[in-house]
Amino acid sequence: MPSVMIRKSDSGALLFYVAKKDMEETIATVETDTPQTWGGEVELTDGSRWYVDPISPPPVFPTTLRFKRAD
Amino acid sequence: MANLTREETLDLIAEVLEVYPEKAKKDRAKHLAVNDQAIEQSKKCITSNRKSLPGVMTVRGCAYAGSKGVVWGPIKDMIHVSHGPVGCGQYSRAGRRNYYVGMTGVNTFGTMNFTSDFQEKDIVFGGDKKLAKLIDEIEQLFPLNKGISVQSECPIGLIGDDIEAVSKKKAKELDKPIVPVRCEGFRGVSQSLGHHIANDAIRDWVIGNRDGDDSFPTTPYDVAVIGDYNIGGDAWASRILLEEMGLRVVAQWSGDGTIAEMELTPKVKLNLIHCYRSMNYISRHMEEKYGIPWMEYNFFGPTKIAESLRKIAAFFDETIKANAEAVIAKYEAQYAAVIAKYRPRLEGKRVMLYVGGLRPRHVIGAYEDLGMEVVGTGYEFAHNDDYDRTIKDMADSTLLYDDVTGYEFEEFVKRIKPDLIGSGIKEKYIFQKMGIPFRQMHSWDYSGPYHGYDGFSIFARDMDMTINNPCWGKMTAPWLVEEEAQAQPQQARA
Repeated sequence: MPSVMIRKSDSGALLFYVAKKDMEETIATVETDTPQTWGGEVELTDGSRWYVDPISPPPVFPTTLRFKRAD
Repeated sequence: MANLTREETLDLIAEVLEVYPEKAKKDRAKHLAVNDQAIEQSKKCITSNRKSLPGVMTVRGCAYAGSKGVVWGPIKDMIHVSHGPVGCGQYSRAGRRNYYVGMTGVNTFGTMNFTSDFQEKDIVFGGDKKLAKLIDEIEQLFPLNKGISVQSECPIGLIGDDIEAVSKKKAKELDKPIVPVRCEGFRGVSQSLGHHIANDAIRDWVIGNRDGDDSFPTTPYDVAVIGDYNIGGDAWASRILLEEMGLRVVAQWSGDGTIAEMELTPKVKLNLIHCYRSMNYISRHMEEKYGIPWMEYNFFGPTKIAESLRKIAAFFDETIKANAEAVIAKYEAQYAAVIAKYRPRLEGKRVMLYVGGLRPRHVIGAYEDLGMEVVGTGYEFAHNDDYDRTIKDMADSTLLYDDVTGYEFEEFVKRIKPDLIGSGIKEKYIFQKMGIPFRQMHSWDYSGPYHGYDGFSIFARDMDMTINNPCWGKMTAPWLVEEEAQAQPQQARA
């Protein structure tokens, strides 16, 4: 369960940053991304999948969340 | 010599790796790569931030070097205690040339060495009492210090001293920030983790100190310069450009910086980060906690400076944007003259770099402005995100090497035959004796500044006086010159 900092990149995409692993990836898809909730399963551009319980109302980025590996 | 093709470079890597035992070869192969701009993510072609191979020569430092030497050391009005045996502090004292203004020993302490000088009895009985006593002595001898940081050396972690407890107690007594930093040298694989630990210490002990205190008058144009260590005056050469643009530089991290500036940084509107590797952590933290955006900039060479100034101005209103253009226009005559003078002397020269932090990619633009070409680059302690940024700046089929060993670097140089090498002091004399011009790019070979437009003219002059120095034509002893000429018709040195 790494702490992941989610922030917006210059191009507006969401970046998935794990400080401990020194990993910075772009988020490709988010399961739930509505004005009410954000979260669920998240797929990154490198193909790995992560899970966070849906958050309502959606968090303000940048923020740090605890993710679980989905696979 | 013409540049190598992709296949030739791959062959070169294979050839160099040939001497290693099977296991070592497999490990080192992952750290050497041929640049391919088509690759989006560096982790597909190069591995970085891994433990160095035992038995090879590496030039990496330790976590203490990253924290005391890089991040904390330049903060001039604090006293940085090298807590542990005397050597770590003494041998790293003032070597990095972080310039500052102030009276050393009175209100600034940058080039001094403070150490608790551990002896056997301190290892056996613990050094906490000694640390408490030392802090009292500092306070008595140097009352104008604005704070103390305790930089742990290896034994502190090994014997389990509680420097946090001592620091907290003393901080209360003296009413000054006393920051314990757990940067024992054995942590991590290189100085890189030391940067991270130092950033975390700043986050925990400094950044929040003025939360809820609005007595500092702010303007919409407040910025902080982060990750500029003022080597040879770099930060000053950068700062004037920002100020001419109409921005107000509230803090310099950490070259010529003070603890007060660092405490005020959360009040700025934009964090400008030069050395991404050593200070991205704190920038990310400030973005999350205070909503301060951060951007990377590059003040090496006029092309990159202009690009960066415009990018910085884009965060602000029209006046600043107009000012940025005015600044670029103002210096145009100056840098055009520098290029006109030195470009003909340096055109087409090939450079190999092996440095740390930001330089292996940031200085490429400055070399290109002088018509030079970077044919190989590598970092001592980079992570994947640094290589992500490097791939785009380097030409295709150039060489990338991570944590290169002494042997590999020499072999690469023998084959590629660059006209200039930029690396550290440990490499300097080897390559000079091999007859290759060399610049020490960690502390600018006792020159500098290299940042900003003013720095660019010094940079160009230094490169010219190194490469075109007549001494490189005199590498053979006079009595051997004739023999050699008879034996094989030598090609004339450029």
